Amino acid sequence: MHFPILSVIVFTPVSAALLILLYKPDQKKAVRITALVTAGLVLLLSTIVYFSYDKAVAGYQFVEKYSWMPFLGISLHFGVDGLSAPLLLLTGIVMLTGVMISWGIEDRPREFFTFLFFLASGVLGVFASLDLFMLFFFYEIAVFPMYLLISIWGWVKTREYAAMKLTLYLFIGSVIALVGALAMYWQSGLHTFDMLVLERANFPATFQNVWFPFVFVGFAVLGGLFPFHNWSPDGHVAAPTAVSMFHAGVLMKLGAFAALRVGIMLLPEGAKTWQWVIMGLALVNIVYGALIASVQTDFKYVIGFSSVSHMGLVMLGFATLTREGLTGAGVQMFSHGVMTALFFAAVGMVYDRAHTRDIPKLGGMVGPLPMVAVGVIIASLVSMGMPGFSGFIAEFPIFMGVWKTQWVVAVVAAVSIVITASYVLLVVRRVFFGKMPAELEGHIRPINTFDKISLVLLCTIMVGLGLFPSLMVPWIQTGVQHVLSLLGGA
Amino acid sequence: MNFLNNHLLILILFFPTLAALVVFCLPKDNQRVIRWTAFSASLVPLVLTVILWALFKPAKPGFQFEEQYTWYAAIHSSFHLGVDGLSLTMVLLTTLLTPLALLASFNVTDRLKAYMMLFLFLETGMLGVFMAIDLLIFFVFWEIGLIPMYFLINQWGSEKGERELWKGVKVQARNYASLKFILYTMGGSLGLLLAIQMLGVLFQTYDLQTLYLKWNSLNGSLLGFPVATVKAVAFWAFVIAFAVKVPVWPFHTWLPDAHTEAPTAGSMILAGVMLKLGAYGFLRLVLPLYPIESQHYAGALAFLAVMAIIFGAFAAYGQKDFKRLVAYSSVNHMGFVLLGIAAAAKVGFSCTDAALNLSKNIALNGAVLQMFNHGLSAAGMFFLVGVLYERTHTRNLDDFGGLFPLVPIYGGILIFTSMASLGLPGLNGFVSEFLVVRGSWPALTGYTAVAMLGLLFTGAYILKGLKQVLHGPLNEHWAHGEHTLTEINTREILVMAPLMALILSIGIYPAWILDVVNKAVLMLFH
Amino acid sequence: MSSIRSILPEILLLALAIIVLILDPFLGEARRRLVLGWVTAGGLLAIFAVCLLAGRPGTPLFVYGGMLRFDWLAFLFELFFLFSAAISALFFMDIERVNRRAEAYLLLLAATLGMSLMAASADLIMLYLAIETTSIPLYLLGGFLTQDEKSTESGFKYLLFGALTTTVMLYGFSLIYGFTGTTSLYALNLHFNQFDALSVGVFFLVLAGLAFKVSLFPFQFWAPDVYEGAPTPVAGFLSTASKAAGFVVILRLFVVAFPAISANWTTVLAVLAALTMTVGNLIALTQKNIKRLLAYSSIAHAGYAMIGVVAFSQLGASSTIFYLIAYILTNLAAFGIVAAFGRVAGSDEISAYRGLSRRNSTLALGMLVSFLSLAGMPPFGGFVAKVLVFSAAIQNGYIWLAVVGVLNSIVGLYYYLNVLKVVYLYRMEGEDEEHHPVVLSRPYVISLTLLMIGIVLVGVLFAPWFNLAQRAALNLF
Repeated sequence: MHFPILSVIVFTPVSAALLILLYKPDQKKAVRITALVTAGLVLLLSTIVYFSYDKAVAGYQFVEKYSWMPFLGISLHFGVDGLSAPLLLLTGIVMLTGVMISWGIEDRPREFFTFLFFLASGVLGVFASLDLFMLFFFYEIAVFPMYLLISIWGWVKTREYAAMKLTLYLFIGSVIALVGALAMYWQSGLHTFDMLVLERANFPATFQNVWFPFVFVGFAVLGGLFPFHNWSPDGHVAAPTAVSMFHAGVLMKLGAFAALRVGIMLLPEGAKTWQWVIMGLALVNIVYGALIASVQTDFKYVIGFSSVSHMGLVMLGFATLTREGLTGAGVQMFSHGVMTALFFAAVGMVYDRAHTRDIPKLGGMVGPLPMVAVGVIIASLVSMGMPGFSGFIAEFPIFMGVWKTQWVVAVVAAVSIVITASYVLLVVRRVFFGKMPAELEGHIRPINTFDKISLVLLCTIMVGLGLFPSLMVPWIQTGVQHVLSLLGGA
Repeated sequence: MNFLNNHLLILILFFPTLAALVVFCLPKDNQRVIRWTAFSASLVPLVLTVILWALFKPAKPGFQFEEQYTWYAAIHSSFHLGVDGLSLTMVLLTTLLTPLALLASFNVTDRLKAYMMLFLFLETGMLGVFMAIDLLIFFVFWEIGLIPMYFLINQWGSEKGERELWKGVKVQARNYASLKFILYTMGGSLGLLLAIQMLGVLFQTYDLQTLYLKWNSLNGSLLGFPVATVKAVAFWAFVIAFAVKVPVWPFHTWLPDAHTEAPTAGSMILAGVMLKLGAYGFLRLVLPLYPIESQHYAGALAFLAVMAIIFGAFAAYGQKDFKRLVAYSSVNHMGFVLLGIAAAAKVGFSCTDAALNLSKNIALNGAVLQMFNHGLSAAGMFFLVGVLYERTHTRNLDDFGGLFPLVPIYGGILIFTSMASLGLPGLNGFVSEFLVVRGSWPALTGYTAVAMLGLLFTGAYILKGLKQVLHGPLNEHWAHGEHTLTEINTREILVMAPLMALILSIGIYPAWILDVVNKAVLMLFH
Repeated sequence: MSSIRSILPEILLLALAIIVLILDPFLGEARRRLVLGWVTAGGLLAIFAVCLLAGRPGTPLFVYGGMLRFDWLAFLFELFFLFSAAISALFFMDIERVNRRAEAYLLLLAATLGMSLMAASADLIMLYLAIETTSIPLYLLGGFLTQDEKSTESGFKYLLFGALTTTVMLYGFSLIYGFTGTTSLYALNLHFNQFDALSVGVFFLVLAGLAFKVSLFPFQFWAPDVYEGAPTPVAGFLSTASKAAGFVVILRLFVVAFPAISANWTTVLAVLAALTMTVGNLIALTQKNIKRLLAYSSIAHAGYAMIGVVAFSQLGASSTIFYLIAYILTNLAAFGIVAAFGRVAGSDEISAYRGLSRRNSTLALGMLVSFLSLAGMPPFGGFVAKVLVFSAAIQNGYIWLAVVGVLNSIVGLYYYLNVLKVVYLYRMEGEDEEHHPVVLSRPYVISLTLLMIGIVLVGVLFAPWFNLAQRAALNLF
């Protein structure tokens, strides 16, 4: 009986949350330190899981199964494969950097970290879950803390609206998917929610064609698929920094990942039927997202729409149903997660000091914040898909996959690269270089150690993965291999 | 010694990056240490390249000093390096110009560490393009090199000058130039990117030598279209990407701004090496992958080349800004490179006529040698403009006049370098231009004739430039008071000296380099 | 002996009531509230424990001439009622003009006794008797605060509405007897084979009374006014135990007596359930008073629970029973919190809850837990409950109903979140929260803690509870 490392990873944040609730409201330091230790622990464990994963054996590893409700076939079933292990790692990274960035929250930090860790447990649970019921259980747990986190600690102007819109959208998406999942459960006649069994259930083609959109789109709402992406930019902007990092960095990946796990892997025939629709929508995401981002004047909105655009690439990769496309999508989930976490951290740092995110009102930030500038430059290069950074490692195979499927889409999507480059370079130049407006002079204090650690960690990962793709791609490939076998070796 | 032999290329390639990381760790206040560390570090790749040159066997076919490391196995791309005569020449050019550029930058004080680091990263980027024999690696380094240059122009470019965009919105000239540079090049490379993706998907490999064989033996239909159509489209995609870089008229409009606004050392590298990346792309990728299409469209390419030569010359003649004049001269000179390539393409690689084949080889030799030569002379010219600018803070030709007596040594060097640029026999420019014209004449007679006209105007604008700066009545402004023009100093002479030595040696005795180039050219297209 | 065991809860309740009655004159003013409250609550919990240990049924059997049926269905629900009453008794302890009146506790015990009989009834006459025994004390409890206009109105409305519908139901019962010659529920299934005029008539007449009890559309109009006017713990008791009692009767009556025409009445119930949910949720959107909001929310929840009944399968019945478990815990908690806060703030308007998270963060957390459970969010009981009823619906082909339920959940989430928004985000006027803490008395602390633990337990470790529900449902089929 091996150490139940996945259960520990999943339940550590929520246990920490309950512990934090026992502190008194004024014990802020204790709350923060507990949070930091917990996040560090989760990162450490997820790193161990990642590097201990045996790629030669592949398949699901670190499997744990506890019978939960035998009558309906529900079990607490955890396991990772090559696709989910990087995502667990990503969650750990974003948790740690998020906690470090949130060190300065003064308004009820106790409740803040409690809700944040509930969110974290939910996310980790979904990535590790191999039971469909439990997947939903953890998925929903990840939805409601967002409402509280955004509406209470978010940007005063739009937080209530954005929080409610986000929560309702995500809830709608998840219940639509739930209906689909329940239909799958009954249709299979196997009386089990175990996804490993359901993978081999062989649902009839008509059933799959009807229910695939429910399941895929229901989850893809969280992934920001057009035209259900509308919650995302507002949600990103209104949320406090750490929550934005989580939201764009991890939560959107949750949606895409669940769409893959439940939609594509359990209903492969349905996936093949609907492939072109998904591809079309993803293409709209990519191009439309980039275009809208380029006309924004609020720094955070630029990044919010850029997230919509980049998640479109993930969906595009999925929709190709090819080895390269899926591999690229897997890498993109990780790469974009890290990149966007850095972007939002940087935006937060600038906003905390300048108290504005309006691009025309910013400038010359490189002087007082040189590390932030370098970090943002590196993240921008990732965003453009510049070779040498993780973004290229992700985007290139996706395009290869698209070539295999429909070359026209590749050509159209490629245009977005230049659009992205143009707006990202312009925004970076306007915010960080040039002349600092007079009213900001002297008000920009330097960043603290935690901020520096976060920036360095995130940059190292982006550059490291860009230079040495073998640090992640082999893992993803094993997972993709399994997906392809379910698709019939496409 | 064995280690060195087996890893020479990767050492040359990544030493500048390591040096940059070392510079990062230096304290930022001690500028002397930073400068000398960077400069001495940049000499190491040069020494290694000379060793490489010595160990290189020109008569051996194919690539030498090959090294291959696993990189992105999932999409069948490996980190595959190798040199032949063509790339070796370029590597030498790069590793030679970089230390000179750093030496030229000794007067930079603003954020010196970042500046030096960017140059070193840039060197790695350019070397990577020349050394890569995996198509994906080629592309990776192709794109990567843009970033340091973007920031160099952006942050250390000339501070004066504004450009007006639409609706009265004004931007700083260097911002405009740098963004135009990067977006133009990235946009031009989009087609290249797409074509590379397609090739990767088709053949499940990016190894250049394998691709040469497989791509050329492909027939039937592809993506629903006949192979010939797809190849034609891909051909133009490749051509456009490289044409932007060379730059070929009409894709050259980014160049005058970028060259003019870049800092002196930046212009040296930009004109000296980065333009060659484009021409190298033509030689390494376009000609071998698309021999039939190149032959088919050789006329069009020649037309563009001649336009570059002529319009470049005319434009240079009309400039009032010294640096812009030199920038347009680059367009003019690179036109000859493309002319040579076009001529070779026209003849094709399965021609049986011995005379035509000879001309083809001569044209290619000329093109490659022109790449090297122009690198030397352009770098020199930009540096000299920079020397003058540093003292006078103006580049306007009207502001100068009769400076020769004030700065005779500078004047001498300027005349020497200008003559190289002009193509004076005895200096390197003549050799390469002669070879190109001689090689192109049989295949593209008409175009060559018109190009000669361009040569005439080359002389015109160079002499005009010289006249306005050095000759004529002395502009008293620079003779007295605080504006007194000081002579070129030792460091600056040291920057120019290697260039001048090479210019002269190639002009008088080109065999040492032509031998390597010639053998490479002969083997390349058979 | 088993016949004594079968009515053990009722006997013990009667005993407790007598004890309370006897104690009452001997207590001084000061200790009245404490003694009455603790005795009632403690007594109820003791009865709960005793019944749990000693009163468990074996195979179902009819006792007292077929009047009652001693089976798990009845037993389980009796336990529910005892628990709800105990909690409500604890809640009573803080309501002025209720807590010192032994009558309030007695009425509570009487109603509980009636409900226990309702759960076990196997005969029409017994059923009617039990319903009346339940209802009349509840009418009185509703109007208990005689000085309060709203309370009086509430009691009166409840009485009138209830009386009307139960009369209609009685008429239905009499028709059944007239046409079948028997009053035993378990003998009726032979007689109702097709959905003819008689069946239709009887069905709707009976439904009137029962729909009133569970506040199913179109008999839900009384609920908001009654809940708003009645003392808050009474509203809590009404919305949970009384509703559950109604459900057990519906389950037993319709499943046992009319199985042959199930296809017809399930459709009717499905439509009514859909309407109930929708009406409840939509009107809740506009409410500014939290008791009214919870009232409409309770109406909607009756609709959700009804989905399980509509499913007409073992899973369906189990899921309804499970839903009621989760719902009882959650709704009691919600009303309890409202009662606790209302006592301090003196207002039941939602806007009065501003800044609650700073005035008492634990209470706010409790509100979070109960409201999110109402919304159907994990890791709380409401989530599992909803998934189970939807699951049962899909299994039996009622996909449209599941979709309606799902859409309604979304609407529900919206107004529950709005309340939480007020609690967590908005601040009091003057932003003076530290000086206006909300303090809870001991009975409330104990009861709310118990409920919170229960909600989370049912939401996380749900297998044992579902097994219980299954055992009960087994007795139906």
